Amino acid sequence: MIAILDYGSGNVRSAQRAFATSGMDVVITSDRSVALEAKGLVVPGVGAFASCMQGLNAVDGASIIRERISRERPVLGICVGMQILFSQGSEHAQNAPHVGVGIWDAEVSKLDAPILPHMGWNTVEVAETSELLAGIEDQFFYFVHSYAAKQAVGQKQSWSTYGERFLAVVEDDYVSATQFHPEKSGDAGLALIKNWTKKL
Amino acid sequence: MTLSVRIIPCLDVTDGRVVKGVNFTNLVDAGDPVEMASVYGIEGADELTFLDISASVVGRETTLDVVRRTAEQVFIPLTVGGGIRSVQDVDRLLRAGADKISINTSAIARPELIAEIADRFGAQVLVLSVDARRARTESGFEVTTHGGREGTDIDALAWVEKACALGVGEILLNSMDADGTRAGYDIGMITAVRAVSKVPLIASGGAGTLSDFAAALDAGADALLAASVFHFGIHRIGDVKNYLTSHNYPVRVTSPK
Repeated sequence: MIAILDYGSGNVRSAQRAFATSGMDVVITSDRSVALEAKGLVVPGVGAFASCMQGLNAVDGASIIRERISRERPVLGICVGMQILFSQGSEHAQNAPHVGVGIWDAEVSKLDAPILPHMGWNTVEVAETSELLAGIEDQFFYFVHSYAAKQAVGQKQSWSTYGERFLAVVEDDYVSATQFHPEKSGDAGLALIKNWTKKL
Repeated sequence: MTLSVRIIPCLDVTDGRVVKGVNFTNLVDAGDPVEMASVYGIEGADELTFLDISASVVGRETTLDVVRRTAEQVFIPLTVGGGIRSVQDVDRLLRAGADKISINTSAIARPELIAEIADRFGAQVLVLSVDARRARTESGFEVTTHGGREGTDIDALAWVEKACALGVGEILLNSMDADGTRAGYDIGMITAVRAVSKVPLIASGGAGTLSDFAAALDAGADALLAASVFHFGIHRIGDVKNYLTSHNYPVRVTSPK
């Protein structure tokens, strides 16, 4: 079973349907034990970094994510659900940046581009050893974001460019994340989901 | 590594059917929305837009069901507009499976709605639909409401600047003069709006020949929306993409099935 963490974040229905194409059961939940025990946990996310963290904290999400990783259970963050895995986010921050879950020690900051958000289909410079992007190296993925992480973290990094180079995918043992939306990236996105679910 | 231009078929939906007219009148039936959405997805549409033009509450409920069924089988972004007046309306559509919503009339009546939606769901879910026509306002472009039937005397460029400051994530610029005519996008209008906005711009209204699509991109559009040329089979999505590729515009190429 795959659990999609429900913490008040937009369109989780599409994510549920997209992950269900893998053949696995998919539940949308904010229940701690369900989220901990599921074979895979998907952390979606839309909206601003701080409001996402607020929603995540309301369901004790940071501790669920940390505990899963320490118990070697896969977690996949999507879009802002990727960003909040980092230690800091500067979106709408006044003085000090907002604090994230802190799986990766780097800051998520605004993209340097004339038109934001970065909205639409873009390609990815795929890490040679990437498992998530295996077989879909030359495909396009759907991005919607104005902020991103720009420093290498984790074991494998795949990059994309909009105004500047940023992390599109991180694969780091049991925790992976995509800045784009695989559930909205057509057949390429469904292939990525399959690559993730077959390792669960 | 370049962001692709997006080709977006727009489905005007009323009471569960797709309709299309010229200048928002003379509507004719163009098909089943879920089926058409699915076909466009397979043909390589980069996003889909539903515009709910139902006048009744029952019609709106039907649209919610259409959104639900579409989101179950088409895994590309879906924008829904028409009749959205509150944060609750947005919430219902997002929960049904919409990724973005577009507002027009209700934002003009109450601009704070823009900030309310952006604060709750993030600006990226919010598309400002601007139905504009050439008129004697300061910039020469006026905002209309109610699907182009009513003028507002509001200057289109001033409105775009105000709405961007309030927090829209994208602008859908629809020329009421060109809508459904297939005589080309209103290039002057696209150029003018591009100059005052820093969010993605979708050009709409008037697509006819393949070179019309390229002209709108040259004027600064990031995405191209069209309805009648696709619904009536004048161009396939692949035709537009092939044309743009051969003229060196970045487009998403999907593998044939």
